[in-house]
Amino acid sequence: MSTFLTLDGNEAAARMAYLCNEIIAIYPITPSSNMGEWADEWASQKRPNLWGTVPRIIEMQSEGGAAGALHGALTSGALATSFTASQGLLLYLPNLYKLAGELTPFVLHVAARAVATHALSIFGDHSDVMACRPTGCALLCSGSVQEAQDFALAAQAATLAGRLPVIHFFDGFRTSHEVAKIEAVELDTVRAMIDDGQVMAHRARALSPEHPVLRGTSQNPDVFFQSRERVNPVYETFPGAMQAAFDRFGELTGRRYRLFDYVGAADAERVLVLMGSGGQTALETVAHLAARGEQVGVLRVRLYRPWSGADFLAALPAATRDVAVLDRTKEPGADGEPLYKDVLATLAQAAADGRAMPRVIGGRYGLASKEFTPAMVKAVFDELAKPLPRRQFTVGILDDVSHLSLDWDPDFRTEAARNLQHAVFWGLGADGTVSANKNSIKIIGETTPLHAQGYFVYDSKKSGAVTASHLRFGPEPIRSTYLIEADMADFVACHQTIFLERYDMLAHARPGGVFLLNTPDPAERVWHSLPEATRVQIQTKGLQLWVIDAYGVAAEAGMGRRINTIMQTCFFAISGILPREQAITAIKQAVEKTYGRKSKRLTELNFRAIDLALEHLHEIAIPAQAETREAMAWIPAPTGLTEIPGFVRDITLPIHYGRGDLLPVSAMPLDGTWPLGTARYEKRNIALEIPVWDENLCTQCGKCVLVCPHSAIRARVFDAGLSRDAPPTFKHVPARSKDFPAGTRMSYQVAPEDCTGCRDCVEACPIHDKSNVSRRAVNMAPLTHELRLAERENFAFFLALPEFDREAVKHTTIPGSALLDPLFEFSGACAGCGETPYIRLATQLFGDRMLIANATGCSSIYGGNLPATPYTTNAEGRGPAWSNSLFEDNAEFGLGMRLAADKLMDHARRLAKAMASEIGGDLVTELVEADQRDEAGIRAQRRRVAVLLDRLAALKHPRARELASVAEWLIRRSVWIIGGDGWAYDIGYGGLDHVLALPYDVNILVLDTEVYSNTGGQTSKATPIGAVAKFSAGGKPTAKKDLGRLASSYGHVYVANVAYGAKDTQTLRVFHEAESYEGPSLIVAYSPCIAHGVDMQYNLRQQGMAVQSGHWPLFRFDPRVGETGANPWKLDCTAPGLPIRDFMQSETRFAMLSRSHPEDAERFLAAAQQAAEERFAAYKALAEAPPTRMAPPSASDPETPRSDT
Amino acid sequence: MTDLSTDYLGLGLRNPLVPSASPLSRHLDSALRLEDAGAAALVMYSLFEEELDAEAAMADRFLVNGHLGHGEADGFLPGHGDFTSGLDRYLEQLRRLKERLEIPVVASLNGVSPSGWVELGKELQQAGADALELNVYHVAADGDQPAETVETRYLGLLTALRQTVSLPIVMKLSPYFSSLPHFVRQLEQAGARGVALFNRFFQPDIDLESLRVENRLTLSRSDEALLRITWIAILHGRTRLTLAATGGVHGPQEAIKLLLAGADVVHMASCLLQHGPQRLTDILRGLERWMMEKEYDSVAQLKGSMSQQHLPDPTVLARANYLHVLDSYSFASGVRC
Repeated sequence: MSTFLTLDGNEAAARMAYLCNEIIAIYPITPSSNMGEWADEWASQKRPNLWGTVPRIIEMQSEGGAAGALHGALTSGALATSFTASQGLLLYLPNLYKLAGELTPFVLHVAARAVATHALSIFGDHSDVMACRPTGCALLCSGSVQEAQDFALAAQAATLAGRLPVIHFFDGFRTSHEVAKIEAVELDTVRAMIDDGQVMAHRARALSPEHPVLRGTSQNPDVFFQSRERVNPVYETFPGAMQAAFDRFGELTGRRYRLFDYVGAADAERVLVLMGSGGQTALETVAHLAARGEQVGVLRVRLYRPWSGADFLAALPAATRDVAVLDRTKEPGADGEPLYKDVLATLAQAAADGRAMPRVIGGRYGLASKEFTPAMVKAVFDELAKPLPRRQFTVGILDDVSHLSLDWDPDFRTEAARNLQHAVFWGLGADGTVSANKNSIKIIGETTPLHAQGYFVYDSKKSGAVTASHLRFGPEPIRSTYLIEADMADFVACHQTIFLERYDMLAHARPGGVFLLNTPDPAERVWHSLPEATRVQIQTKGLQLWVIDAYGVAAEAGMGRRINTIMQTCFFAISGILPREQAITAIKQAVEKTYGRKSKRLTELNFRAIDLALEHLHEIAIPAQAETREAMAWIPAPTGLTEIPGFVRDITLPIHYGRGDLLPVSAMPLDGTWPLGTARYEKRNIALEIPVWDENLCTQCGKCVLVCPHSAIRARVFDAGLSRDAPPTFKHVPARSKDFPAGTRMSYQVAPEDCTGCRDCVEACPIHDKSNVSRRAVNMAPLTHELRLAERENFAFFLALPEFDREAVKHTTIPGSALLDPLFEFSGACAGCGETPYIRLATQLFGDRMLIANATGCSSIYGGNLPATPYTTNAEGRGPAWSNSLFEDNAEFGLGMRLAADKLMDHARRLAKAMASEIGGDLVTELVEADQRDEAGIRAQRRRVAVLLDRLAALKHPRARELASVAEWLIRRSVWIIGGDGWAYDIGYGGLDHVLALPYDVNILVLDTEVYSNTGGQTSKATPIGAVAKFSAGGKPTAKKDLGRLASSYGHVYVANVAYGAKDTQTLRVFHEAESYEGPSLIVAYSPCIAHGVDMQYNLRQQGMAVQSGHWPLFRFDPRVGETGANPWKLDCTAPGLPIRDFMQSETRFAMLSRSHPEDAERFLAAAQQAAEERFAAYKALAEAPPTRMAPPSASDPETPRSDT
Repeated sequence: MTDLSTDYLGLGLRNPLVPSASPLSRHLDSALRLEDAGAAALVMYSLFEEELDAEAAMADRFLVNGHLGHGEADGFLPGHGDFTSGLDRYLEQLRRLKERLEIPVVASLNGVSPSGWVELGKELQQAGADALELNVYHVAADGDQPAETVETRYLGLLTALRQTVSLPIVMKLSPYFSSLPHFVRQLEQAGARGVALFNRFFQPDIDLESLRVENRLTLSRSDEALLRITWIAILHGRTRLTLAATGGVHGPQEAIKLLLAGADVVHMASCLLQHGPQRLTDILRGLERWMMEKEYDSVAQLKGSMSQQHLPDPTVLARANYLHVLDSYSFASGVRC
């Protein structure tokens, strides 16, 4: 009797990996992180492996570190494994060569993902594993959740038997994150698959002083070559070892696999060859076509390396006349992708031996999880049937540049798909739609004989992310590894009314299907509240429309704003997938399982929500159609913006509205370069409440602007005359500052459709109404339709007002800096993000001259994830120029920017001096000697450069043109190196340290969330003692690295710890000081994060507590002060006055430890208290010590003689 | 030898001094020290309904539903498989105390809603509690709620708990009942075995700098014992319920006065938190010394000897008392004006 599990591919693979290993070295990278997280969680629960011990989980500082640790563990006799993807896998490469060269048995599980090229992508393809072909590792590909589990075990058995390391890979997201019902591999099976004799043989080969050997020698030309050839027999026998493992597995479980699995007509003439999850879709399509008499088949490659040509030929039907090989990777410049060429070579060799040579064509599909559907499979077969098929092709895109793409019939559906039940749910990231759907799949998978599949599509935003859940149910195993297609969904749910404006969600609905809408509108008014296109679709398709006010029900049930249980109940009540009563009982059982004895109250609240949901669910009568109408083309709602650039209209907004798949190749920039300032066109309208300015209470302090994570509240002073055409509700009052001429007006304006409703501005407001302390100078108000329209108009007017003369504004005060236009706006960061205010502030102060190197992480995702680009330009078209290289090399990347800027400035200076007689000696002197430390100096230099360019334009000789081409570099660049603590403390620390050790003028901003935020909260070396984080489930036992103090030890580095929520004036001062310092500057910025387990409306409070408790002391170290003979250390906070317990207990990351490991929590609390006191004492001692002259700073390029400047 | 024994909820105690709910019972060491210092029983720290709810809400918000719905991060904190609830920890501590202490252990529930208390009571009984103290912490701030509704809430909780728990139950009350003796009678009818007078509410304070309200719990002062003396004296002899005095006991004097007024046991917490378990020994010795000096043979003899019923002028504890206090500021009859 089989046991069934409902889980995703990552968990399925991790289960086997955990059981079969003793040491697991991990490092987070999407989409493989979950495998390591599962292993860590099981280890924290003391779950044993096959040999009764708990595997040791060790997080390293990078994949390179994990690879090294693995190599050491394996060569010393342990069974070890890891999980990775993409760039992480590339960091394994050097060790993979070593591990294979030393014939080391181990399995590396890879959720295969695109390698960053013109852009980073977290989605699935085989470009990463293809980079491993030369390493000598075996490459084994599974194509489904079931196979991810089964092959993980078979790989372990084969590696022990065959001694080659195995890279077991499956498609990132499509398999790693697909939830499916699978047959479990039981412990007995694992036991039977793993041969302890081979395990002992592995241990016997371990390095041991009891029988010492030498490994890792250095070899010379005389023997290296022969040594490489010595391993050939192992590669010849490994396919046999793999097949033997498959055969043994088949005997034990009944699930039989071959190295090359062929399915289709025995006399197939046209055969598709591919590997990975696409094989499932191909199987489904082949079954459909073969049932209609077509002689087609699919050959799925399981063991890709070592390549076994004989097994391939044996699997390929003899009648095959045409072969299409599909690769999920791109090797630019090659005359075919890797699998295609392997197949071609094998067939050519066989043809030379007398076998008939079929025609072989090769195509690319599915890069970065691009959809691969039955229609596309059919298109490939159709191409094969042509007299002259394209030898090289792509499928899944419209290529109007190289014209390689195949056309496909978007209406083609397989019989298997038509026999399934489909449901699509549109939700907001944080509204629990995805988790509720995972729960629903489990309910159906575990309580019925039905098979179930769930796949979840996320957008790139963190605040207000849109999720689409695609669920399938059916009596047979589900092979549809593609999204639910148009007109196929029996059930569509819209969990957020606002989505009706943005997405064509009813395109999925099948005629006669059910549409469930969460809307606050009363049932009798719902119909007329729907967009016209939606009404027409409902009528044309004959849909049933059901509505519920889920937020209203949640409030009534005491559930706050959590609607997932309510919407899940509605789904079961009206979808008909399960009998209603059975489904409701199952939901309640799931609730009890979740909350049970932990909280009777929450169980009761959820039960009440379930009951209320059923009471408040209404079917809406659909009015008869007034006339027969064709389905309307779905058109997104207007954004309220009148001037939309062509690029935004044609590229950005279609991507935003979910139609990026339809963009042709020609629409894409050639080299991955995109324009700035497109985030402002999204108008996501995700806030339920927005701040409203009370102009009468306001003292114009600017704090609300400073703390806004999304630049959605702004300040402007302007001449009174400009207010003549203001909209009627536009608020403005006399500017209070004496810095401005009499009559100057002041306005604080909210961007209503860009605000995320985080409340941080309200929390920051220091003003209280004298008669009612709860009222501030900004107050949250529900974002009604009327308020939205009025403030939209006001904001448009506000944006049209010119920025006040920047030279007349005090940049060094909070109210003054608030008046500077942000050149970073409306990013996709979380509501209340603690990082983004720092970036926005930097762009306000220096944005028109910034070059930004951004490490991969949260800041690169909200900073540069398409389609929105939050970095923007000022009225002159200037703004931050931004790029992301990698996670690990950001400091070096930024240093390169500095070197280029310095070198080109130097070149321009030399040219200018050489042409002094032609362009004017005074101008050249001024250009070369300009003091550009502040904005006034830079503006003056811009004017000089303009004059220079004018004069050069009149000169015709080549040197003039050359100088003109580099003249802009005469204007000082402000180079910023930005990243999170994962980069700065861990993977990039070596580079960071090196850049700090050099004298170059770079500004390094470390956004310290004390955890890997982007990948989901894994421990970094910035994680404080006692904090619970992923990979530190029992609380981090060691202290946080003191990055600032380490950097200050160089003496020539400007260093500061800042926390704007605790002391905003210090933050502002630090940014000015750091930027003006002509050497390396390091700002370590405390950045509260949702990963701390605090709602981000308390972001500022938490910063305050962090400083008051001594967790985050504020200080500055300015070498310039040291140069004057004074002490460069300056403490900017008082001694800890708040017990660190109070701070730690206010955040779930600490507080949960006292629930799970109370004794440890107490121990860590005591240690944290002591560390805070000692750290403050140490800082105080440094700040009060007699000054000693530090190493003199030098920003000059050591290669550039001083006299040149 | 003076007989200090007393009866509390049907439990025979060696003396009337019982530490009330405080953090001292969170740690086995301090509980053992209290027993060594002479405590006759121990009321455990309160299992706060709000604390359990807040803990569950935290887990729900950040562990169960902590996702952003972003492709790279399902959630931000590790799985919560080993996350134990406050209830689990409380039960574990109760078991540990019962294993090591010889004196009775009273579990204390502090809450306001019926949610989960009945099941909770059963679990506490199974874990070995000798009695339950039910502290219905309810600030009657709702203008639509008549006093009767407030009383009904207490009675309803008690009745529900009574049906599933065979342990003696003591109701810890606030001083804000309009007709305390009548209410106590109703509690008796509903199955309570005792009342503890009175609980002390958290008193919100205002921070003049931030203009924010801050919750504070200040330690009791000895003058707070006077309110307890009054009502214990009034209730003694009018109810069969055990009377526990709680609040304001800092030295032997308050303890003795409360016993004279009619308390069966005298609770203390603030003085123990301030001075440690040794203070309990000091009070016990002071009580013994006083009784010996006054030639009392037993606490039973002492208890209630100055209750309202036994006072020569019972009105001194009623409104007339107010007049007498005023009178005390008038000139003595022998003084010439």
